[in-house]
Amino acid sequence: MSAQAPPVQEELVGGPPVRGSLARRLVGRPELGAVVGAVAVFVFFSVVADAFLQWSSFSTVLYASSTIGIMAVPVALLMIGGEFDLSTGVLVTSSALISSMFSYQMTANVWVGVGVSLLATLAIGFFNGYLLVRTNLPSFIITLGTFLILQGCNLGFTKLISDTVSTKSISDMEGFPSAHKVFASHLTIGDVEIQITVVWWLALVALATWILLRTRAGNWIFAVGGAKEAARAVGVPVARTKIGLYLGVALAAWISGQHLLFNYDVVQSGEGVGNELLYIIAAVIGGCLLTGGYGSAVGAAVGAFIFGMTNKGIVYAQWGADWFKFFLGAMLLLATLLNWWVRKRAEESK
Amino acid sequence: MTAAVLAAVLGTALAGCSSTGGKRAEERAAREAAAGGRAAVNTPKWTFAMVTHSGDGDTFWDIVQSGAKQAAVKDNIKFLYAHNEEGKEQAQLVQSYLDQKVDGLIVTLAKPDAMKSVMKKAQKAGIPVITVNSGSEVSKAMGALTHIGQDETIAGEAVGDELNKRGRKKALCVIHEQGNVGLEQRCDGAAKTFDGKLEKIYVEGTNMPDVQSSVEAKLQSDKGIDTVLALGAPFADTAAKAAEQAGSDAEIDTFDLNAKVAAALQNGTLGFAVDQQPYLQGYEAVDLLWLNRYNADVLGGGRPVLTGPQIITKDDAAQLAAYTKRGTR
Repeated sequence: MSAQAPPVQEELVGGPPVRGSLARRLVGRPELGAVVGAVAVFVFFSVVADAFLQWSSFSTVLYASSTIGIMAVPVALLMIGGEFDLSTGVLVTSSALISSMFSYQMTANVWVGVGVSLLATLAIGFFNGYLLVRTNLPSFIITLGTFLILQGCNLGFTKLISDTVSTKSISDMEGFPSAHKVFASHLTIGDVEIQITVVWWLALVALATWILLRTRAGNWIFAVGGAKEAARAVGVPVARTKIGLYLGVALAAWISGQHLLFNYDVVQSGEGVGNELLYIIAAVIGGCLLTGGYGSAVGAAVGAFIFGMTNKGIVYAQWGADWFKFFLGAMLLLATLLNWWVRKRAEESK
Repeated sequence: MTAAVLAAVLGTALAGCSSTGGKRAEERAAREAAAGGRAAVNTPKWTFAMVTHSGDGDTFWDIVQSGAKQAAVKDNIKFLYAHNEEGKEQAQLVQSYLDQKVDGLIVTLAKPDAMKSVMKKAQKAGIPVITVNSGSEVSKAMGALTHIGQDETIAGEAVGDELNKRGRKKALCVIHEQGNVGLEQRCDGAAKTFDGKLEKIYVEGTNMPDVQSSVEAKLQSDKGIDTVLALGAPFADTAAKAAEQAGSDAEIDTFDLNAKVAAALQNGTLGFAVDQQPYLQGYEAVDLLWLNRYNADVLGGGRPVLTGPQIITKDDAAQLAAYTKRGTR
């Protein structure tokens, strides 16, 4: 995709923010519009939905946001780097299936399965990245292929190995309680129960933001997404950067997959299809450009939060269930339009 | 390099064995209850094919298949199976079996319009067809011998009665697949006989965290809900988790069974389950086709043969737990 991308304007190539007054720096940030959108959505549902402003509701919204947000972070980085990944939704399921089935079939401590799953998931991410840089085919096609292959493998292997389409329960196996603590427990802070996925999510956002803004790798990501050939010409390791981005996606898929496994104990092989779009949606709402070279991890997190708030806010507001998808689409469009408008104003005032 | 990694993985695998659960425990159990599979009849080896509207990776259809396979072994039948959730794809699969001139067909009529023409072709070719699971209303008109399944509306009505018996006031019906007629019929059936109020909520069935957080949100926004009705076994456990997170003491009830549901019924996490006995749908369909070939038998007299609803509570769960584990209930 990046090959056909038109040359990006100078100020659109994100990179480390321009130094200067706080206002100037704020205006230059890609997540500005998304934050305004998030505040608007928050205020809106606080007014129309009675139950929205409770601590317990806040925890539910955060959980919903975090399960999308964990994946939205590396997906955003990948999009900044100019590539797509359509296999992310089923990769999460694959990752969960691998740890569950390995532990069960080998009668191993579940941590062994978790480790094997990490290796296997990273290998799939590497496969995506390696194939991409070797062939120069659009990532759309390559990851579409991986998506279908994984979908087939999820079902085929599960059926072959467990003889049913869902995994066996591993909750009575050694290592489960500690793994459950790491991937699926919740912390109680005051009156609020916070799911551990929220912690994982915030940690990933912090890590990704640090990489993007404070390291050389971050510069490379912006460069390969903005103008690949130019980046190559000045000595950016394009192949290594892109493979690294796919490994990042795989790592997050592994975390999400382990959460699925240890939270719900049994994994169904057909799950995850369609979720890849949610991750991309979150990144785009958060200000990532579909053409690459521009965006931020914080923005993707805010995007996931907007999606989570809207998704659950409609339920809190008790609007007609039949129209749920309509409301969801309309609200997201409004939030994104507001985001776009704010950013346009900001650019003009610069 | 690869070998080293593999060796390392296997090494840790052997070192990190779990002494509880896992495959070894299962194998121990299987050895104790080994069952043989030989044909009990000497009729010719007929070929029967089953084509359903199941999506990929659906536990329910797995149980249907295991019933059909068991009957096929007993009746000396070669059993073929294919599925596709798209109506026209399902029809094409049926067509390919018609081309192979199978001796009997088992189909679901979840999307009857798409199946009309192949049903007619089967009739013309003299291939007996039995419909299972969905399509009881149109089965006869489209030329099937018999329909075997649960009437979803009747099953829903049974749920409504059971909820009344339990003194429930407000129930939440969790639909995990928007646009699925059968699921709507279950909720509508329940609403018909239930004296209290019943509300629907749509969740993304392929995304468990979404199922959980949506039910959680609903329970937080409406404290009056005292019952959550899941429409598929995998969603019951998630609904229970949601209720716990939301601090609601709503009772969780569900359609369909699996090992986890049986266990949850036993320990009281779930109120009751409505079983339509999918094993029976597969088993009976093959057996009736065989009876029809062998003896020109027809069951049901033009009316659907119902395999459910069977309401299962704590008392029955203990007995069924073993069967759910081996995947036949």
